[in-house]
Amino acid sequence: MSIRTQVLLWTAQRLSAAVLALCVVVHLVTMIYAVRHGLSAADILGRTRGNYAWLIFYATFVAAVAVHAPIGVRTIVGETFGLRGAFVDVALVVLGAALALWGGRAVLAVFAPL
Amino acid sequence: MGDLGDLGQQYELASKMAILKEPVDTPLAPRLAPLPRTLTVRVWRGAENGGLQQFEVPRLENQTVLDVVTYIQRNLDATLSYRYACRVGMCGSCAMSVNGKARWTCRTHVANVATDDTLEIAPLNNLPVIKDLVTDMAPFFDKWAQAKGQFKGARTRADEFARVLPDSPQRKEVDAAIECIGCGVCYSSCDVVAWNPAYLGPAALNRAWTLVNDVRDTANAPRLAAVAGDAGCHACHTHVTCSERCPKHIAPTAGIAGLKRAVAVAAIKGEL
Repeated sequence: MSIRTQVLLWTAQRLSAAVLALCVVVHLVTMIYAVRHGLSAADILGRTRGNYAWLIFYATFVAAVAVHAPIGVRTIVGETFGLRGAFVDVALVVLGAALALWGGRAVLAVFAPL
Repeated sequence: MGDLGDLGQQYELASKMAILKEPVDTPLAPRLAPLPRTLTVRVWRGAENGGLQQFEVPRLENQTVLDVVTYIQRNLDATLSYRYACRVGMCGSCAMSVNGKARWTCRTHVANVATDDTLEIAPLNNLPVIKDLVTDMAPFFDKWAQAKGQFKGARTRADEFARVLPDSPQRKEVDAAIECIGCGVCYSSCDVVAWNPAYLGPAALNRAWTLVNDVRDTANAPRLAAVAGDAGCHACHTHVTCSERCPKHIAPTAGIAGLKRAVAVAAIKGEL
């Protein structure tokens, strides 16, 4: 992997961390609001379905996770288990794609019925 | 103090020299007298597969850890290997692990580190052990070279001297980082070096940071490429142990953060 790519990965992880910091706070506040106001699943879906603001918010959240997590895991497996190289990088691209896929599916599920 | 061998003689000499310098009413004799107790010292012996050997060393006031090691080598076991040169905190050769923390032993007073009058002295972490307290410093200094820690200028001796104002921002950055003595304490204390053997480490990156801020230097583009990425400044987790333990009170962490900014600017400009 080129030095430029390594630097881009590092930068992407920092930027995605900043996005996640905001998204996690909004998500936690949303959950606390839903619990404290006794919202049922149907109530929640009634507010999220067809709501483009929630679609954009959670799509952004999922995208940030899909970028952030694999880069962090790449560092962790390298430092903890000594696993480095192209095999690890490919596996983590797959992990990022899987997170994006699963997360995207969940976002669509709360925006519109599949 | 004659029974303390060379170290005792050194203390006697030091006390005589102090008498010449200090006012006559200074209570030198009680301050310099040996304390009525001994120090239990466990010292690493052998190479990587060695073990700790215990010694009893007379406890003295104003005694440094290097004094302790020297006493053992001169009076108890002449085969003990260790390094030192200047004994005044300039050369950077006497760093060892003292009770689990890397320190410059010539300037580390026993009174500040010995808990229950015991010391455990071992070679620096993160470096191959040659014998006893002597580590192979080659990997440490090789990384200075990998980080392009050599100055590259464009001027010749026929040119005028470069004028670098003392209060310029870049000169201030250099001043804050330039006093490194290459002791290896930061490198030995760094978790990331332990986890990622390719990591250049705090000292090499600190050196690169001084050159990045040297307005006379002409090799910054390749230097920034050399210090970027998984083995460079981007591997630092900002644990700040290097800055906490640097005996010269340098903050390599700050320099590493500066390198990250410089690399980002270079990447944006397409110079990386």
